[in-house]
Amino acid sequence: MRRVSTITAAAVSTAALAFSLTACGSSSTESSGGKDKGVGLAYDVGGRDDHSFNESAARGMDKAKKDLGVGGRDMTAKNGETEAEREQRLTSLADAGYNPVIGVGFNYQKSIEAVAKQYPKTTFAVIDSVAAGSNVDSVTFGENEGSYLAGVAAALKSKNHKVGFIGGVNNALIQKFQAGFEQGVKDTDSKAQITSQYLYPNNDKGFNDPAAAKDKANGMLDSGVDVIYTAAGLSGNGSIEAVAARKDCWAIGVDSDQYQQAGLEKYKDHILTSVVKNVDVAVYDVIKSVKDGKPLSGPHQYLLKDNGVSLATSGGFIDDIKDKLDAAKKKIVDGEVKVRIAPQQS
Amino acid sequence: MKKIDKNKLILGLAAPVLAIVAAFIITSAIIGATGKDPFHAYQVMVDFGSKADSQVWIINKATPYYLSALAVAVGFRMNLFNIGVDGQYRIAAFFAAVVGGYFTLGPVAIPVMIIVAMVVGAIWAGIAGLLKTTRGVSEVISTIMLNSIGASLIGYFLQDGRLAKKEGNLIHTPYLPGSAHFFEFPTQTKPIYGFVVIAVIAGVAYWFLLGRTRFGFDLRTVGQSESAAQASGVSVKRMVITSMLISGAMAGLVGMPTLLGVSYNYGTDFPTGIGFTGIAIALLGRNHPIGMALGALLWGFLDRTGTQLEFEGYAQEIVGVIQGVIILCVVIAYELVRRYGLKIQQRKVGEELAAQASKSDKAEAAA
Repeated sequence: MRRVSTITAAAVSTAALAFSLTACGSSSTESSGGKDKGVGLAYDVGGRDDHSFNESAARGMDKAKKDLGVGGRDMTAKNGETEAEREQRLTSLADAGYNPVIGVGFNYQKSIEAVAKQYPKTTFAVIDSVAAGSNVDSVTFGENEGSYLAGVAAALKSKNHKVGFIGGVNNALIQKFQAGFEQGVKDTDSKAQITSQYLYPNNDKGFNDPAAAKDKANGMLDSGVDVIYTAAGLSGNGSIEAVAARKDCWAIGVDSDQYQQAGLEKYKDHILTSVVKNVDVAVYDVIKSVKDGKPLSGPHQYLLKDNGVSLATSGGFIDDIKDKLDAAKKKIVDGEVKVRIAPQQS
Repeated sequence: MKKIDKNKLILGLAAPVLAIVAAFIITSAIIGATGKDPFHAYQVMVDFGSKADSQVWIINKATPYYLSALAVAVGFRMNLFNIGVDGQYRIAAFFAAVVGGYFTLGPVAIPVMIIVAMVVGAIWAGIAGLLKTTRGVSEVISTIMLNSIGASLIGYFLQDGRLAKKEGNLIHTPYLPGSAHFFEFPTQTKPIYGFVVIAVIAGVAYWFLLGRTRFGFDLRTVGQSESAAQASGVSVKRMVITSMLISGAMAGLVGMPTLLGVSYNYGTDFPTGIGFTGIAIALLGRNHPIGMALGALLWGFLDRTGTQLEFEGYAQEIVGVIQGVIILCVVIAYELVRRYGLKIQQRKVGEELAAQASKSDKAEAAA
């Protein structure tokens, strides 16, 4: 048995080797059509329907398709991807002639840098990160400023003076949310207690694990927290669900106006507001710039004053504190309040 | 003698063929159910997967898979289920990256880092071995818990100001110096990691250790029957610890192709989950060094073509489904063939016994 199986295995592997040798020569990137096919959008984990970050990017693409008449295609990342897979995805899009090619999420930074070099005529864009390259548009947002306003709203709405923050992954980007939120709460209600927790210290699964967010949220709610702000992509659905199961508790959504989202309709009466990151505006801007023949490149910041970030008002739950929010917003826009980008060490 | 060999050859081939045919039919049905043409999908996969750059990609992807499968297989051969390869290779790669990034090692950087990785991997797996022999803790439980502990430990150290540095949103250990970059084989497209050589050496070492040494014999004996091994003078406890150490050391190599060939640091974007893929590939390759190599390449091929399938408008999850179906089919097919072989053998033995019995009956009658 042993000898026989070794022989068959050897035969099979020889055949495989021979097959692979004969196939050498042509490369998958040589067969490109190269025609302008519109926008190529590569999502981060969670996919188009994450009700949050990716969905906002998708809206930008949909708007461009409708208004500018461009075509487009979107692809989605899997959990636990490697650099090789991200590069392949971007290469496939660029090679097929999609322009611009947009990587939604900071994970794409390095792969965009690598692929952008190979396709100098294509415009690339990366959201939430700054990538090098003369044909790369780097889009970042003032998440800290939007989160500050969320902090103000949370402090005003919390009856127990206890608010919570849940971050998906403890990295620089999500710390920006935390920093702004904490500062907003403290500036509004100096006695308020803030609990800030992360789902994962350094694993991107944190953006795609609603069950973990639900657990964290339940833990906070049990300790008397009654407003929870979650910045964790798709995971946020879990904490919104947990909050909605309690009376008089509020969830604050992130990235998209989560009140409006069909998938979260059951819980919308508990969604106080959302810190909207207008990824769609940025995506649309890039597509339009390419369409107009003046492609954007270099770093672009979308801040509160540019309406790059804002608080959603649907549901009308924050209408009663609108004056205070507007005042806070004005202070940030005027530069009177500087919002931190990293949390204060306690 | 010749006849038996022929039977065994047929049986040996039957299992993989049966598995492939069954997997093929089931996946076709699934793709068909999603309203797409399965044959076009296969064509896309073969066309795209056989391109020169795809071949390089597949080999590079298969290298860590193969090492991971070897690590799992060492345990499998003695009935130990090391689910902890995932945690072992990550913690090993992390500490290797720390050693390589913070100390100036010059020309010995690569060997030192590989040794550090193997030692750390072995220690991490050894904890599970120790718990099993001293406290009777199932290695399935302890290794999977150690995965989580390992991830948290890395999470603790992998922060700005501890053992890592910040670069935008990524946090990683310092970049390795040029002397710690592993060599590569240049091809027409992208280079192939030189670590593939280490993987081949590891495969040969695995084959030799298990198939050609006293230790390997003991190990397989323990796997087949602990009491029999004990009776023949093998210390089962020592075997458990030793094989966990070997499995862990092998796991330590899994992260090395990435660390020494691509990323040159351990960061928040370091690949995870290869340890679990290794379990699938060890099952698929029946713990055989060549079988697992083919399994690893098949997995690389499916990973490579999966993205292309999505590009062609197929659901992204199709490849995951194909991978799952293949494993199920392989496990079921081998079991079916094994039972069938057993039945044939029993019948044959029965016939021979009956023939003998009737012969002696005749002899008695004659006497």
